[in-house]
Amino acid sequence: MDLTLHVWRQAGAATAGRFVRYELGDVSPDMSFLEVLDLLNQQLIGRREEPVAFDHDCREGICGACGMVINGRPHGPRAATTACQLHMRHFPEGAEIWVEPWRARAFPVVKDLVVDRSAFDRIIQAGGFITARAGSAPEANAIPVPKGDADRAMDAAACIGCGACVAACPNASAMLFVAAKVSHLGLLPQGQPERAQRVLRMVEVMEAEGFGACSNHGECMAACPKEISIDFIARLNRDYLTSVFRHQPSEEGPDPAEG
Amino acid sequence: MTSALNARVPAGSLETKWTRHRSEIRLVAPANKPKHHILVVGSGLAGASAAASLAELGYGVSCFCFQDSPRRAHSIAAQGGINAAKNYQNDGDSIFRLFYDTLKGGDFRAREANVYRLAELSVNIIDQCVAQGVPFAREYGGLLANRSFGGVQVSRTFYARGQTGQQLLLGAYQALSRQIGRGKVRMYSRHEMLDLVVLDGAARGIVVRDLVSGRLSSHVADAVVLATGGYSNIYYLSTNAKGCNVTAIWRAHKRGAAFANPCFTQIHPTCIPPTGHHQAKLTLMSESLRNDGRIWVPRSRGDGRAPNEVPDAERDYYLERLYPSYGNLVPRDVASRRAKEVCDEGRGVGPGGHGVYLDFRDAIARHGRHVIAERYGNLFEMYERITGEDPYQVPMRIYPAPHYTMGGLWVDYNLMSAIPGLFVIGEANFSEHGANRLGASALMQGLADGYFILPYTIGDYLAQAKLAPADASHAAFRQVEREVDERVQKLLAAQGRRSADQFHRELGRLMWDHCGMSRNAAGLRQAVERVRALRQEFWEDVYVGGVGADFNQALEHAGRVADFFEFAELMCHDALHREESCGCHFREEYQTPEGEAKRDDERFGYVAAWEFTGVGNPPVLHKEPLTFEVVHPSQRSYK
Ligand SMILES: Cc1cc2nc3c(=O)[nH]c(=O)nc-3n(C[C@H](O)[C@H](O)[C@H](O)COP(=O)(O)OP(=O)(O)OC[C@H]3O[C@@H](n4cnc5c(N)ncnc54)[C@H](O)[C@@H]3O)c2cc1C
Ligand code: FES
Repeated sequence: MDLTLHVWRQAGAATAGRFVRYELGDVSPDMSFLEVLDLLNQQLIGRREEPVAFDHDCREGICGACGMVINGRPHGPRAATTACQLHMRHFPEGAEIWVEPWRARAFPVVKDLVVDRSAFDRIIQAGGFITARAGSAPEANAIPVPKGDADRAMDAAACIGCGACVAACPNASAMLFVAAKVSHLGLLPQGQPERAQRVLRMVEVMEAEGFGACSNHGECMAACPKEISIDFIARLNRDYLTSVFRHQPSEEGPDPAEG
Repeated sequence: MTSALNARVPAGSLETKWTRHRSEIRLVAPANKPKHHILVVGSGLAGASAAASLAELGYGVSCFCFQDSPRRAHSIAAQGGINAAKNYQNDGDSIFRLFYDTLKGGDFRAREANVYRLAELSVNIIDQCVAQGVPFAREYGGLLANRSFGGVQVSRTFYARGQTGQQLLLGAYQALSRQIGRGKVRMYSRHEMLDLVVLDGAARGIVVRDLVSGRLSSHVADAVVLATGGYSNIYYLSTNAKGCNVTAIWRAHKRGAAFANPCFTQIHPTCIPPTGHHQAKLTLMSESLRNDGRIWVPRSRGDGRAPNEVPDAERDYYLERLYPSYGNLVPRDVASRRAKEVCDEGRGVGPGGHGVYLDFRDAIARHGRHVIAERYGNLFEMYERITGEDPYQVPMRIYPAPHYTMGGLWVDYNLMSAIPGLFVIGEANFSEHGANRLGASALMQGLADGYFILPYTIGDYLAQAKLAPADASHAAFRQVEREVDERVQKLLAAQGRRSADQFHRELGRLMWDHCGMSRNAAGLRQAVERVRALRQEFWEDVYVGGVGADFNQALEHAGRVADFFEFAELMCHDALHREESCGCHFREEYQTPEGEAKRDDERFGYVAAWEFTGVGNPPVLHKEPLTFEVVHPSQRSYK
């Protein structure tokens, strides 16, 4: 099939970007969307032009590296599908496709379609964990977990951290990402001791990183390649409110493991 | 190097070695730990668990990965599960049984004491991961669930849906993140290690390239840990992520670390076949599908009919025919080789005849569609997404693909390489998996290394190492940085006509044909010649483009391909020298009349550890003899 691509080209964070139009022939319907970019890049290299930069690694929809807005939708038109798993048979012959990076203040562009998502890492560093020193764990079956809770925790834990939720949100909010982690850990008995601290710290960093507020548009869930439910955001809100009342951050002592 | 090849396996009975060793090795006093700095390269299961654990102990740690976040290491893609000898199913499992299965599965080419330790630690790993909040599958009563996996007769595999690797890695990533948040680990994402610095005979640091700015910098430490994963991408098409590479361990090898069993590469039988030249990578379909799917090809060559039109009498369920007792559940190496065989006979199906059917018709008829959907729904969906075919209606097509590398840098019992102070963990070391890895055992090994072995053994080294103070301005660091820069500049200067990607594809094809699922002397000799010629062409005719001081993915790839070209020769050498068949290493000249691998314990019952002598020069072989105190190597039989 033949395609027309309009790809966002931007040399670096400090320079302005623009769409550049490329005509591409010989595209097989069996190709993934990233293989189309590979093809384009091989042609660009052949013409001694600079290839399009884009993040990718596993190409199986699990590492969360790939992420681009395709025709106005994060990861493109197919539900529950990352860009690397999107196949060209879902596009009509002669399709015209616009490709651009995630757009959010907290995700500055690095180059072309590549953005800096390290804000997500910093949110996890603030509290997205259960403290469990290697060597101190009790026997695994000592704490039974009801299957329903475990399954629900797994639903939330399936998040791949790609950032599509932020890109889809008109406010560029990271609530679905934060909610998924808070819910995953908060649904398990092991996650209880740090539950209040976790949600307060994660939300605090989320706000400091420049993500917007959540106004319940629900675009995040529609864009999420793992179909993480917006119900987790309600859970986050509940957890947050309870924690604010019960547990002022200023009351916290130093990390006991410190030193 | 000869002396360095002492495996340092502790004395005593198999069951007591590790406990005794742990209580006898030296410790670093708590007050001294923060004075020691350790570099961990890699943030997969092995690297993230090690970096987090070392920081918990109080060491200063820097951790590096080439992805934009440590959470994206390729461990994330593991699907099936992780083994542990918990015996929760009360089906007779034990540490000894897990040890024995792993050793036998590896065709008796692994170190007995290491494999035993791995089985011993497997139970602690599950405890640790549960404590971290890894949402393993559970039964209705709330206890942990298990599933069975290829090649064994007990149910000991723990799993989190089809995303076990993801959940284990996120557990380790979160532990690492906590330490980063506390300022105990400094994380360098989007940084690639391009060389190792050895000072006074000990590993003292690395040179890395910041992949955003292109800037080179040196990092100095008291010890270096490589946890950089496997090198299946030498074949270009593999189940590994696009960034997986041999660069870190290859460059360490060039600085003196021995490379062990480089030719032991695992070709996984159940992957989605390639569809055309555009193919960038291959996707694994979990081995668990073989529990219910039946593998077949048409009896006659060139049978062009649609699969559902081929009557049963004209189908060849070749695994069931050849292996009546294990049937479709034979180990990976056997299943892969037999698939290749029937395709080579011209009975393969799908584009180019590179495929065999994995058919669920009978399973659906027996159990009902909903049961099959419950078991494999997500895999069926993934298959349909990629191929556009519905496996409930037509059989899946599968074909073997490179998947895992048992070879890697040689390490002793303490996981230290032939260079003092250089430790290697996870898939990057030559492993406990011998010549063939059993399913669900790589995750176990990576985490055993990172959480429970390295944190102790590295202390033993640090407690006695006499290291002179050094910093990045030391001449040795300046020199290595200069060499790295020269290599980068050389790649950019070639200004040829072909992309690194094109060269990589060509190299991959060559290795697949001659050093892949089956090998022979003539083919391997020819491959060595062709690799050399192609490598020369590469340096003369590659075109990279752009500049070094920028985010330049073509340059990253070109550097990795350049290393694959050097490494490929060693792989072929190793395969050529090993005149036996064992596990995944199948030399056509050495097989039983039934076409099974024929081991030669007498001549090849050793680990082949190679010493680098210069690019294009023949490497020097060092042997670590494998002695078995407890088990008796036997001919594997799955008939
Ligand atoms: C598709 C698939 C499915 C699998 N399923 C299973 C399974 O079900 N059960 C099982 O037990 N095993 C499975 N395996 C195998 C297992 O996942 C891997 O062997 C294991 O996860 C490797 O972990 P690692 O920590 O050694 O390396 P990786 O997870 O590959 O991590 C490597 C790290 O090193 C970094 N790195 C590499 N090179 C450099 C460099 N030069 N500079 C800086 N950083 C670098 C990377 O950024 C990354 O952080 C599977 C493998 C694949 C490919
Ligand atoms: S490349 Fe890993 S999710 Fe797309």
